[in-house]
Amino acid sequence: MAATSTPLAGSGPSRSARSFIERLRSGDQVAHAITLAAAASILLLTGLLVYELFIHSSETRAKFGWSFLFTQTWDPVADEYGALPFIYGTLVSSALALLIGIPLGVGAAIFLAELAPPKISDALTFLIELLAAVPSVIYGLLGIFVLVPLLRIVEPAIRSVLGWTPLFQGPFYGVSLFSAGVVLSVMIVPFIISISREVIRAVPADQREAALALGATRWEATWDVVIPYAKSGILGSIFLALARSLGETMAVTMVIGNDPKIKASLFAPGYSIAAVIANEFTEATGDIYTSALIELGLVLFGLTIVINALARALVATGNRGGNA
Amino acid sequence: MTSLHTLRRKAVNAVMLSLTGLCTFAAAGTLVFILGYLFVHGAKDLSLDFFTKLPTPVGETGGGMANAIVGSAKLLLIAMLVGVPIGFLGGVYLAEFGGATFSFLVRYVTDLLNGVPSIVIGIFAYTLIVLPQKHFSTIAGGLALGVMMIPIAVRSTEEFLRAVPASLREGAMALGASRTKSILTVVIPAAKNGIMTGIMLNLARVAGETAPLLFTSFSNRFWSPGWEQPTAALPVMIFTYAISPYEDWHQQAWAAGFVLLMLVLSVNIIARLLLAKRKHVAR
Repeated sequence: MAATSTPLAGSGPSRSARSFIERLRSGDQVAHAITLAAAASILLLTGLLVYELFIHSSETRAKFGWSFLFTQTWDPVADEYGALPFIYGTLVSSALALLIGIPLGVGAAIFLAELAPPKISDALTFLIELLAAVPSVIYGLLGIFVLVPLLRIVEPAIRSVLGWTPLFQGPFYGVSLFSAGVVLSVMIVPFIISISREVIRAVPADQREAALALGATRWEATWDVVIPYAKSGILGSIFLALARSLGETMAVTMVIGNDPKIKASLFAPGYSIAAVIANEFTEATGDIYTSALIELGLVLFGLTIVINALARALVATGNRGGNA
Repeated sequence: MTSLHTLRRKAVNAVMLSLTGLCTFAAAGTLVFILGYLFVHGAKDLSLDFFTKLPTPVGETGGGMANAIVGSAKLLLIAMLVGVPIGFLGGVYLAEFGGATFSFLVRYVTDLLNGVPSIVIGIFAYTLIVLPQKHFSTIAGGLALGVMMIPIAVRSTEEFLRAVPASLREGAMALGASRTKSILTVVIPAAKNGIMTGIMLNLARVAGETAPLLFTSFSNRFWSPGWEQPTAALPVMIFTYAISPYEDWHQQAWAAGFVLLMLVLSVNIIARLLLAKRKHVAR
């Protein structure tokens, strides 16, 4: 791709011979300047975003310092703010989403890349990628009216198998960390599938053929050879999905239960960073209240930035490995 | 012994491969389920009133979401005015003018901006516009959606410009066109359809966004004249109606959800089919 611009950049000796005025008249400098300004404005905008989050959270940062991140009290009446319940809820619901979403997503990606005939694979991938376009408020709608009633029915069965662990104890109202995790898993599966499928497809055919020639079954060739080869790319897709689910707002807000307490049970209602911002921002009366919510936004921003950067690095190394 | 071992391996093979198939159909089946469920629950309450009338007060049946539909359209218009010029020109810079280091930086930051959760973009628009003005407005909501459009607009513009064969550029330059002239008259027209499709997909994506609107454009039970007042939007209405305790509001939420989903999915399907066709011709 770089090759396309190289012959243009030094296009003929006449270019250097032309005067600055001439080049200006032909518009090249002007066009360069305009597009450069647009590109630079993206940097400025992103910088401004970080600055605004930082400035408008200064009150709580000054008042609570780092302890904001580690305290559990969230009491707007007494102006006491601690982010821990929300950080906990965000991490636990996302972890749950990964726990359900990874096997489902990677399994489907294996099927689509290795087993399905190309036409069927393309058609199914088309359907699955459409899932990624479904607005999150629709997932929330289905979460409230379909998933939550469904989980109320399935709950006794889950409890009878896993009820002895602290994770599945206490009353179950339907809205819970567990419900949030399930909705999130449905939302992230399309991301895992579409990236993992590409990465698995990019594994050279001789890797598979060598394994099959040594007598491996189709599954063994896939699991022991192809998947390890595509590992970093798949891991990248998982991190991208994680970043999505950490920042997901509407669907989580609608099913997580909105209760800022840390409980060991997944059946208990919880709260996530994005959900508390969505629910309380317009009601936040005092300056400190708003500042606390904006600081939560800053925390969420930092969290997703780190995960995204990791994901990109992994996908990049995965692609390099795939092309080698 | 060996045969037993082989048998076990074959069984593992069959079981695991079927499981991967099951995963796939579970994932693809989710879409079919979502479509079917929304059709069954949403389409039946859809009438002309939904598109032409204002919401009724609680308890009164009937009414529609005409103000939310117009509100969403206005928000998308502002979003397009904010997101498309910056995104498009930024993409042109990356594809046609960029130097190595600065381009890397721009791409990196663009990806970073793309990863910012939509609710955080909402806070940004709030501190930038709502806070100084001290009231919610259509402009603030549109700005939030516009910022969300920028990263995708940049990357899709760059991609489609790069897909234009070098021979076309060289042909234009050989005829004596300046670089700008060749970009304006040859390269961009050649990539036009792709770029337009990219913008459509981008609009469809932000059309369903709810979180950044909650405290920027807020909501409104009535028409919102001009650009300076809070406005209703379809996704926000779905949210407020869904979490309300009223049965007839739930029904309206389903109807609105159905309309929104049909809108978003049909744009996606058309755009993807167009892009797929183009790719086959180009390669």
